[in-house]
Formats: sequence, C-alpha cells, structure tokens
Amino acid sequence: MAQNAVILQDLVAHYGPTQVLHGLNLTIAEGELVSLLGSSGCGKTTTLRLLAGFLQPTSGQITVAGKDVTKLPPHKRDAGIVFQNYALFPHLTVAENVGFGLKQRKVAAPERKARVDAMLERVGLVDYANRLPAALSGGQRQRVALARALAINPPLLMFDEPLSNLDAKLRVDMRVEIRELQKANGRTAIYVTHDQEEAFSISDRVAIMNAGRIVQLDTPEVLYRRPNSAFVARFVGFDNLIEMKVVKREGDLVTAEVEGGALITLSQAETGPLEDRFVVGARPEGIELTADPSNAIAGKLLTRSYLGRSYQYKVDTPTGMLIANAPLTQLHEEGGAINLKFNFEHCCILPVEEN
Amino acid sequence: MSARKINPLSKIAGWLVVFYLAGPIIIVIGTSVSDTPFLAFPPQGFTLKWYHKVFELNNFVESFITSMEVAFGGTMIALIAGLAAAYALSRYKVRLPAWYGSIFFLPFFIPEIVFGFSMLKTLIVQFDLPILPSLMLGHAILCLPYIVRVIGASLAGFDFSIQEAAVSLGMHPVKAFWSIVLPNIRSGVIAGAVLAFITSLNDMAVALFLTGPGVSTLPIEVFTYVQQFFDPTVSAVSVLLMAVTIGVMALIERSLGLSKTIK
Repeated sequence: MAQNAVILQDLVAHYGPTQVLHGLNLTIAEGELVSLLGSSGCGKTTTLRLLAGFLQPTSGQITVAGKDVTKLPPHKRDAGIVFQNYALFPHLTVAENVGFGLKQRKVAAPERKARVDAMLERVGLVDYANRLPAALSGGQRQRVALARALAINPPLLMFDEPLSNLDAKLRVDMRVEIRELQKANGRTAIYVTHDQEEAFSISDRVAIMNAGRIVQLDTPEVLYRRPNSAFVARFVGFDNLIEMKVVKREGDLVTAEVEGGALITLSQAETGPLEDRFVVGARPEGIELTADPSNAIAGKLLTRSYLGRSYQYKVDTPTGMLIANAPLTQLHEEGGAINLKFNFEHCCILPVEEN
Repeated sequence: MSARKINPLSKIAGWLVVFYLAGPIIIVIGTSVSDTPFLAFPPQGFTLKWYHKVFELNNFVESFITSMEVAFGGTMIALIAGLAAAYALSRYKVRLPAWYGSIFFLPFFIPEIVFGFSMLKTLIVQFDLPILPSLMLGHAILCLPYIVRVIGASLAGFDFSIQEAAVSLGMHPVKAFWSIVLPNIRSGVIAGAVLAFITSLNDMAVALFLTGPGVSTLPIEVFTYVQQFFDPTVSAVSVLLMAVTIGVMALIERSLGLSKTIK
C-alpha cells in the first residue's frame, strides 16, 4: 500500500488581512504527482509556499514523510523546488548550482562531484558543467534547475509553474522529461500550474482550485468527463451550461424543460440518475446543429468562425448564448434559424448551484 | 574607422562643456605651483613650496585624517543601514506603504544648512555626543539617500527567488543573503559606498555645525584658512585632495571595475 507522503490538513492562510486559503485539505501518496491547477489568485502558489516554508499558515498542519513540518523553517525542510524563473545562482557554474544543496549538507567534495556528475549526466548537461547559467538556453536552464532540486534527494519535489517561460514546443518536451525523471526516481511531487493541458498531461491527480479552496481533486480522466461543479466544467471546456427542469419521468427516460419552453428527452442509462433540476454542461462538439426541431433548442445563428477542423457557431437561444461546433461539410449561414440537439457523449450533468 | 561627420556647432558646444568642467581644475593646479604669495593664474614661475607648506601645517594634516575617519565611519554606518533599508524596500515592496521609501530621501530635500543645524541640536546638544561620532552619524544620514538609491537600483531587477532557492536547498536565510544576494549586487554596493564616501569628504554645511574645538574636517580647515590667508597653499591642498580621490577611484576601477558599475 502506498504511504501518504504529504498531508495538508485544514490549511488556512492570510496575506495581511486577506484570507487566501480557506481550510485546504490534500493528501499525496508516495511517488504520486499531484497538480494544483487554477487561475491566478486561487491560492495554488500560496499552498506551495506554505509547503516550502516560505509562508506560515494561520492554522492547519503540514506533514511531509510522516513528519510534522508546519513550524519548521524553510532551510530545514529538504524541499526540492523548481522555480518559475529557474532561480539559478547567476554567479555560480552549472556544476556549482547542482551541487549547492549537497554542499549545504556538508557532503564531501569527491562524493559531491560524483553525484553532480551523475545528475548532469541524467539531464544531458555534462558538457555544460563549467558554464554560467547566462550562457544556457531556457530549456537547459530548466534542466539545471531540475537537476539542482533532484540532487538533494528531496522527499518532495515542488514545481512552481516551471514551464511558463518556455516556448510552446519546448514546454511539451520538458513536461515529458519532468514526468519521466519524476517517475524514474519515484519522487513524490506537487506541481503548480495554470495550464490545464499541462496539468492533465503530467499528473496522476489534479486539484482544481478556486478562491482558496480545492474544488475538485481527481484523475485527469474523471475531471475531464465528470466535473462536479460549474466552475470545474467551464475549466475543462464545457462552455455551455444549460439549466433544465424535469417535467416528465417515464421509466428510464426523462423529459426536461429548458428556459424558453424547449423539451429535451434524456436517457438516464446514458446520463446517470437525474435530479428534478439539473444543469447540462456541453462542450461545443456536444451540440449538433440541425434543421429538425424535435428534442432540440431553437435559436438564431449569430457568428461563424473557422477553427480548422470545424466551424464554430455562436447561437442565440432563449436560455442564453450557446457555442456549437459543426463539421466543415455542414455550412450554415449567419443570421438563419437553427435547432440545437445534444450529443450526450460530450456532455456532463451538474447539480444546480444556488446563489 | 568610421568617418562620421560632426556638426561644427556641436563640436564647439562639446569643447565648451569640456572647458567648463576642466577649467577650474586646471586653474587650481596652475595656481598651486605659482611662485607668488597670492593666487595667480597663469602661474608666475614654478615652485612646490606650497605643497611643502601643506604638510608643515598641522591643521591640514590632522583635519585630513579626521575627514578620512569620518568618511570611512559615516560610509560604513550608512552602508549597513542603507543596505538593510534597500533590501527591505525592494523585497517587501508590496507589503510596505508607498511613502516608506521616500523617508530615506528626506536628507535630499532638506537644505543642508538646516540639516546641519538640526544635527547639532539633536546629536550634540540633546545627546551630548563627542564630535567624531557626531560627524560620522551626521554624514551617515547625509549619505544614506545615495546608498539606498544606488543599491535599490541594483536590487530593482533582482530576482529574490534565488535567495529562496538557496534557502530551500538548506542554507540559512541570513547566510543566503551574504553569499547569494550580496555577490549579485556587489557593484551597486560599491558604487553606493564610493558616492557616500565622496559626499562625506566634500561636505561643508553639516560639518560646519558639528565640528568643534580640536576636531575639524579638511573642507572646514580650508575654509577657515582662506578667510585669513590668500596664498596658494589652498590650491595645493585641493590638488592633493583631488589626487587622493582619483587614486581611490583608480584603485577601485583596477580591482573591481567601477566604470561597469556606475554606468
């Protein structure tokens, strides 16, 4: 059974009078990579800084590798942090950067050299050992930062938006590399990012954060298909959220009314059990444009934009503006009347949120 | 070599500026070697006797030593306080109120004569401090704006996450400041210290209030001397002082590369 490497318990944190974390709970298993995903100001970086010890929580407890580290100062935490801007020491060579943590731990010079060489070998920078960081490319700097963090054998690796300064192509390469290194070393890791694709591709589990709380924590697969709230649904691409009210139940089939009067029939075999009121989250590819008005929402086509693989239409309906993608073979004129049908394969069912 | 054409007018303007800057220096050097009992330019004859006289006058020698002590002490105090202030101001920018940084520039805005008087009232009258520490403290405050400004400028683009990186790798935060932050802002620290040193060495107004019986700085002695005598000894002192300053600058330039720093 995998041990819990990191336990965050009821963490509350403030910046001055502003509360930025509202009782955060998170458990990370040994060897697992968990991402904290959210837009800026959601508390993901605060969580990381609490873990690193740069911030003190107002209340709550942090346990790493079975040890309560809540009150431990940052230099005693053995945190392997990869910073957003690499944070390499500009006046030290690559080898000195990588060996920095070992030197602090008073590892003798010969062993230090051996371990630094091994680390550099692993990230493919042996030939750059004696260069200064300024002489490296972005990707190389990132590798040095990674090697430096890994060199101290940290119980927990922390990544603070490590790829946001790289260009798109390199970003994809580097995240594969990070994932491989993390897995090969069996390191527990926490990864902060605002990039959904990055988080999903790299993580075992993703915690989606909003306003100082984890809204949903699950595997990327579940998050992508079964978000638990409107917030997460929008985050993972369910652009259309349509509230419905059940008017008739007939065995497995449920007929629901949409604002404006349109009636939609859903099969609970397909959607799972439905409450009397619920919200359908639909990706643009989950809405079909059709001339057939039955089991559909009527609307007016506003704008069409070309996406390469498909056309995207904005459609004005009584329940609000909806976005639908249609194949290139299916060209509709702007300004015309159209009916919208759901393809429940690309939809999710959400509870109604009162506010 | 590129043969770029220079407008004759800007050439003239350029030479005027050079002349204006260098003129007084040339005149001082000229008068210091003039073999006349009064200041004469162009020099009449050539002698080094005024330089001899400088070293024969105890007042000049002693006040020069005092000036150096005060400049050194004042710069050290200002450096420690200014470094801490500049660090705090850039590191905790977000958390500090905006007017906080302006406090350190107050000595810029207060007329020096007023500043000197208030120093007299506080340091000497109120706290009854001896003259030498008073001078050092007074000059430290006078120099603080330069230090905070110059070090602040080199910290402006500083990425404090490298200090955090060092701490996360096991270095004590204070040690991380010395071995990670300081080496990367070294040039700013040196530039600030040099400016402070020169400011202290040149100060007249503050020293006028703080010096007293038996303890005087070189500018004060020069001033006093000129009031009584009008021989070229003063020019000789000035030339020597310039030589010392240039010597210090050259030494720093050779060892640390000052021209890279002040640019």
